[in-house]
Amino acid sequence: MTAGILPFPPKVAISDRSVAISDRSVALCRHCGEVCADGAVFCCAGCDAAFQAITGMGLDDYYQRRLLDPAARAPRPEVAERFDLQGSVRTQPDGAFALNLAVDGVQCGACVWLIEQVLARQPGVQQARVNMTSCRLTLVWRGTAAMAPLLVSSVERLGYRLVPYDPGARQQSVDRTGRALLRALAVAGFAAGNVMLLSIGVWAGITEGMGPATRTLLHWVSALISMPAIAYAGQPFFRSALNALRHRRTNMDVPISVGVLLVTAMSLVETIEGGTHAYFDSAVTLLFFLLIGRVLDHRARGMARATAERLLALREADVTIIQPDGALRRAGAKSVAIGDRVLVGMGERIGVDGVIASGQGLLDTSLVTGESLPEPAVVGEKVFAGMVNLGAAITLRATAIGEATLLAEMAGLIDAAEGRRGRFVALADRVARAYAPAVHLCALATFLFWVFAMGASPGEALLTACAVLIITCPCALALAVPAAQVIATGALFGRGILLKSGTALERLAAIDTVVFDKTGTLSEPELVLLEVSDSCELALAATLAVSSRHPLARALAARVGRPVSANGVVEHPGEGLSLAIPDGEIRLGSAAFCNVTNEVGSEPALWLRRPGHAPVRFGFAEALRFDAVDTVARLSGMGLDVRLMSGDREEPVRRAAEALGIASWRARFRPDAKMAEIERLQTQGSRVLMVGDGLNDGPCLAAASVSMSPSTAAEISQNVADLVFQGHGLAPVLMAITMARRTQSVMRQNVGLAIGYNLLVVPVAAAGYVTPWLAAAAMSLSSLLVMANSLRLRRTL
Amino acid sequence: MNVMLWLILASLTVAGGGLAVFIWSLRAGQYEDLKGASSRILFDD
Repeated sequence: MTAGILPFPPKVAISDRSVAISDRSVALCRHCGEVCADGAVFCCAGCDAAFQAITGMGLDDYYQRRLLDPAARAPRPEVAERFDLQGSVRTQPDGAFALNLAVDGVQCGACVWLIEQVLARQPGVQQARVNMTSCRLTLVWRGTAAMAPLLVSSVERLGYRLVPYDPGARQQSVDRTGRALLRALAVAGFAAGNVMLLSIGVWAGITEGMGPATRTLLHWVSALISMPAIAYAGQPFFRSALNALRHRRTNMDVPISVGVLLVTAMSLVETIEGGTHAYFDSAVTLLFFLLIGRVLDHRARGMARATAERLLALREADVTIIQPDGALRRAGAKSVAIGDRVLVGMGERIGVDGVIASGQGLLDTSLVTGESLPEPAVVGEKVFAGMVNLGAAITLRATAIGEATLLAEMAGLIDAAEGRRGRFVALADRVARAYAPAVHLCALATFLFWVFAMGASPGEALLTACAVLIITCPCALALAVPAAQVIATGALFGRGILLKSGTALERLAAIDTVVFDKTGTLSEPELVLLEVSDSCELALAATLAVSSRHPLARALAARVGRPVSANGVVEHPGEGLSLAIPDGEIRLGSAAFCNVTNEVGSEPALWLRRPGHAPVRFGFAEALRFDAVDTVARLSGMGLDVRLMSGDREEPVRRAAEALGIASWRARFRPDAKMAEIERLQTQGSRVLMVGDGLNDGPCLAAASVSMSPSTAAEISQNVADLVFQGHGLAPVLMAITMARRTQSVMRQNVGLAIGYNLLVVPVAAAGYVTPWLAAAAMSLSSLLVMANSLRLRRTL
Repeated sequence: MNVMLWLILASLTVAGGGLAVFIWSLRAGQYEDLKGASSRILFDD
């Protein structure tokens, strides 16, 4: 099959967002399944190449295997950005080379299969494994380090995006905790199962007439299994409890540890004396249940954090360094040294902080300052990573982070705000503070009552007091909070909302004020094409624009949805795009590039010029997110006080506030003033949710009692925010608040259930009626009840 | 009585074997990618 060259201009009628074929039957691209132009087999040259590559390697099965998940579409290859791969290649001890990459575009098992098969067929590749959960690829090969770009491009031409990813030291230590928890869980499970088997024998023996010698033997075996298991599996709790006590605090782990250790010691004494009250089963099962909660909680949080990190890694781009001899070198932003000269082309995102050394750019600074309109930048001006150069190419001299005043100022403000923010005490800890002393006093009272009022011997009284401690051991109470949180975190994760902090849901449930940033948060993070009268010209412009990565070109192409592309489009850096057709040349680009002398309007624009037609102008401006109005209305409807604080000029802020119906808005807010305002609101008793994306919002995100940021936000803001949400809409803000409120009420119910259970059984225990089997059954039942109640959260969203 | 000792010993050995296998599988990294494993089984050839 040969490359399908598209007839030009394409005979398609363009509606607002979708492409409708006017005649003939609708043809779907054989690679990605999108509608393609008349008579063509593929929608674009990239899909054609991907299809050829896949069938050429005999991997046609891929298209069948995709069908297992009909919703998933094959990714459409785009103009790939070149990354400096060799800087990330590691040499292994055995001489092989290894590379860790984050993969974008993996949707189903077939993608994993295809990527691994394609790489396995490349010469020298020893191992290629995609982790579908974390969307990461580990690649090991023999030969030379310089083979890396070749291997990576073999996958990239199929439409997947690969970005070097450094599995940081933090990630690995997090994983180590996860493994230790799983190991503890396994040991506790092993012991719980076996001890319970023996215990059932003992319980049955009560009615079947088991002799004391047999019972004591079974107790001894239980002791031998459970004591080492408790010593090992209880460590996470013991350590946390010790840590809390050392800081003169208590948490839920204190009563757990005290309970488990006391029960074990008492059961051992009973076993030595040949008595009947051995509670090894209860102690081990308690640890087992609690560890299940811990493992799930750790997993859910770890997954959310890893995804947030991957999203950031995928956004990282290389920078072009101008070497002293004038040669250009692409390298990762981290390898730029202070004083290096860096070239930033038209449409490129600035990767390092610096000072403009030459050239005059037009900078989109929305991510840094919240300013919605691009501003011209001249020599000597300071620029920051995250700005986008919409104008001609500029050269920077890289400066250290310390030198860059804005960034250093932000980091200082964030630190100060985090320091001032009061320590939030989670519900579980608040309950534990009251619970631990109450339970221990209860046990003491029982002991004193039996000794002085009933005249029992101290040994007998101690036994009853211990029974009180066992029966109140806070299994259900300790599960009440994590069980609900795990389910809420998982449900939010499925909606693209990443919950990074353990207490964020509780803080979110308590808010009464929502403060929004404007640029990039209420508005789309990128400029949007203004209304266009002629859809045919738009389609033509999009056909050219789809070949470019320039932000304006991408915004134009995005309006058409997935436009058809043409072969032979040439990009003139800093000027525009051109395409040769029989009667001349079509041009799309700056006014000068299209020979337009009378530029109208101040907003950024692209011009389209074709032979025999007057040039057409496409203007771009900031636009509100599609569901911003609806979301703000609903938030107000929930009784929340919605405010708008922006660093942008007054006019656009006022317009946005009026469109959204936000009465209280402030413009031209400097970051420190914004932060002070939020702190003022909080000292007045409000609890503030801050939603922001810019570098200038960082201090506010840190100061607010809880914070969210979109995944398009500046890196520093995403790191500070408690929640990160993906997608184009603002609905996640609403979803997160709803979920948080529901979770909070389920957690309260759970705590109520657990405490109610205790109120019910403590009198029984204090009266001395508790037997080992009753303790085990009551504990398991209360835990199951709490778990079942938490599962109801799954139906919330 | 002797029978019981043997039975307890046997059950502990079997369960201990299970525990050892689980810890081995944990070390071998079999829990790193649960989502991928569920679809790999359909494709590996």
